[in-house]
Amino acid sequence: MEFPKLFLVALALSGSALFGAADNSVVIRNVTIHPITAPDISNGSVLVIDGKIAEIGTRIGARSGARTVDGHGLQLYPGLINAATNVGLEEISSLRDSVDLDEIGMFNPELRAEIAWNPSSQHIEVTRASGITTVISLPGSGARSFRGGPGTVISGQGALMHLEGWTWEQAAVKPSAVMDMIFPQVETVPRRFAAFLAQPALSYQELQRQYRERLRQTGEFFEDARRYEKAKAASGPDFRRDVRLEAMTPVIQGKTPLLVQAEREQMIKEAVAFADKEKVKIIIADPREIGSTGALLKQHNIPVVLGKTFDLPMRDDDPYDAPYTLPGDFYKAGVKICFGTFDVEFARNVPFEAAQAVAFGLPREEALKGLTINSAEILGVSDQLGSIEKGKVADLILTDGDPMQAKTNIKQMFIAGREVSLESRHTREYEKWMKRP
Amino acid sequence: MRRLIPIACAIAMLAGLSGAETILIRNATVLTVTKGTVQNGSVLVENGKIAAIGKNVSAPADATIVDATGKYLMPGIIDCHSHTAIEGGVNEGTVSDSSMVNIKDVIDPEDINIYRGLAGGLTVSNVLHGSANAVGGQTIVIKLRWGKTAREMLFEGATPGIKFALGENPKRQGYPSQNFFSQGPAPERRFPGTRMGVEEVIRESFTDAKNYQAEWKQYHDAVARGEHPIPPRKDLRLEPLVEVLEGKRYVHAHCYRSDEILMLLRVADEMGFKIRTLQHVLEGYKVAREIAEHGTGASTFSDWWAYKIEAYDATPYNAAIMTRKGVVVSLNSDSDELQRHLNLEAAKVMRYGGLSETEALAMVTINPAKQLGIDNQVGSIEVGKSGDMVLFDKHPLDYYSKVQKVWIDGHDYFDRDKDLETRPEFQKKKKALEDKLKVAEDTGTRQGKRNASNAASTPMIEENQ
Repeated sequence: MEFPKLFLVALALSGSALFGAADNSVVIRNVTIHPITAPDISNGSVLVIDGKIAEIGTRIGARSGARTVDGHGLQLYPGLINAATNVGLEEISSLRDSVDLDEIGMFNPELRAEIAWNPSSQHIEVTRASGITTVISLPGSGARSFRGGPGTVISGQGALMHLEGWTWEQAAVKPSAVMDMIFPQVETVPRRFAAFLAQPALSYQELQRQYRERLRQTGEFFEDARRYEKAKAASGPDFRRDVRLEAMTPVIQGKTPLLVQAEREQMIKEAVAFADKEKVKIIIADPREIGSTGALLKQHNIPVVLGKTFDLPMRDDDPYDAPYTLPGDFYKAGVKICFGTFDVEFARNVPFEAAQAVAFGLPREEALKGLTINSAEILGVSDQLGSIEKGKVADLILTDGDPMQAKTNIKQMFIAGREVSLESRHTREYEKWMKRP
Repeated sequence: MRRLIPIACAIAMLAGLSGAETILIRNATVLTVTKGTVQNGSVLVENGKIAAIGKNVSAPADATIVDATGKYLMPGIIDCHSHTAIEGGVNEGTVSDSSMVNIKDVIDPEDINIYRGLAGGLTVSNVLHGSANAVGGQTIVIKLRWGKTAREMLFEGATPGIKFALGENPKRQGYPSQNFFSQGPAPERRFPGTRMGVEEVIRESFTDAKNYQAEWKQYHDAVARGEHPIPPRKDLRLEPLVEVLEGKRYVHAHCYRSDEILMLLRVADEMGFKIRTLQHVLEGYKVAREIAEHGTGASTFSDWWAYKIEAYDATPYNAAIMTRKGVVVSLNSDSDELQRHLNLEAAKVMRYGGLSETEALAMVTINPAKQLGIDNQVGSIEVGKSGDMVLFDKHPLDYYSKVQKVWIDGHDYFDRDKDLETRPEFQKKKKALEDKLKVAEDTGTRQGKRNASNAASTPMIEENQ
């Protein structure tokens, strides 16, 4: 596993020029601690040594080698996680030259998002402003985007990235955290949309035929990947490496989960059946309805990365609040959920997407878990991230209130124990232009 | 599918809609926006208008009493930039000046997004033409009177408008490129293709309008002298522009960059008309002083940015900066989705720029009302204004809040409890239609299919994959 090694490299190298040498050891005092996985601690302190949480309690004094931050009665939360974005891979969505999403081709499992992460992207700082310290960055723009090449099934490997680091290597928390997949579906395009996209409106029969063909090709690709794995293990004299098929090995071995974008009940069911048959680990992503899939997902222990709660109902005659109640519906069915946005410029609003679900039935503490510990568990990094616990990476935010409320201000942020700036292009424009006479 | 909506919502509406009765909303936290907050307050609505506000308001015996204990009452939300309820295309994009077309002619009262907007507390929308042309189509203000006809939705007495557009969108027709996903030949080019050309279109259109105005004045003067001249030829493109010159029609101008904003203000000064609102106006913060001096309102997004190069200098502090520099600022949706939670969009100005709760609420109530010239009728809870109000279970700037009830002119247009109540019945009806479809499909007969598609419109087949 590559994570610990890369992470140590990141710790050793990053940020030191900004805040001095021993900048990742700190005592944060006089705060209300929200560990997420344990009851809140009022008037508490957290000791961070070398970027990791060393102690949590009410009687932690100053330490030599660790600076002291007086929290002034503020709230201390773990850094928030957005479990699905394209941050770092897209700057200005309408300018193709600034976009590195949606590579050409149907199966691209060998593509790695982290290597195209632009550490100078303005979106990194902007996203931090809401208390987000970590994101998954996906190589595909998603099932709902118009841009995915027709019939793209596997877009590549999504990376778990810290919103900090001089280079993408330093920012990477867990490269290849998920394999980004759009489950084939009958892709009906409303006629007026077809005109906009300058595409012919195909008959339903033709669309069904294309869908079945994509399903067949997908099955065949997984079969190829399995045969490749066997051939490699046997390493006969005529074995030749294949970059694409080799990238599938962690998937078919059940080590890397497929993040399967499946909007509708039927797609979710088919994705679960597919995972069963192929014996791969999956996460359902960006569903727009639960239908009868709740029990199925629970039974198979399949988690869900939710897309935007602020969304329109899928059908004209769906209840007006269908997208708002969806997270609560999955939770009530016993499915583990976390939140993502599947975009770039609104990645910072993921706490609000969770909050809207609270208004419509998701318990508040579950919404908060969906931004922290659940996300870490679903992405396989709960030993490192997602809560304030001894031994975990010190990704912390100091706030003057509930991070899911817009009126709350994020006051300070620590990534791996190092304080990072909350300034961004947005605050700089504010400072500059308020001064204009 | 669209044809099914009226059934869905007729059920909800028949259950919920009542006449212009006398209503007393009691014991709410009343957020008047313009006159402070009344704790444990009551609001009386009579004949569609707010008749009394206070801690002790008595009501006639036949008044409907709404117990709002623990709840929050605010004015109906107003969206200064909407494309909801437009049947078909939003843009007449074939010409650089499309001032002859009118959104009023294509209002679709059955657009389900009207009901969805209501359910988010929205009561008034400024329904705009698109941004494909420097001088765009005519626009209209509506009240979201769901269940009524298009004509009945028009906001009585609201000044109509016209859409202008600057920057990338109107330029795009000048250098149409095949976008990402399009196939087939690129469309034909038309002027303008630069910001300079956009300015020229506006200048030329208003030069024509002034000449046209002068011709009519000559004609009317001659008639007044008792002569019998031949009237000028009526020009449907120039008529609305003359109305702009005469202050009878508002200009709502889509814009992004500070240079083009300033350009438009200067052209308007030169031609002798006012820009009523700047729409989007993401770089308004750079020329806030000039915008304030011109007396123009700014209607912007809470936090949109980076979706195109002219939106790359955007900052969510825009609303706060312009407010601090004396501009009347509103937050708009431009979206069927965003219009459903403008109160929550408004809450963001508290984080980005530290505005107060009242300033935040004003951005989606009294400020857009001022911009649309309807602030004497709506936009705050004041005696004499329309009974357009929204009841929330929590403070409307709280992200855990949701809308309970919405009134327009004292009519009950949305009631969450009633919406929830009618759902099982609607689901039953929908299921019956789907079953019918299934039977027909299973039977597989041509007649069966025909019957089924008559019973449930064909798109449903696609919906179910």
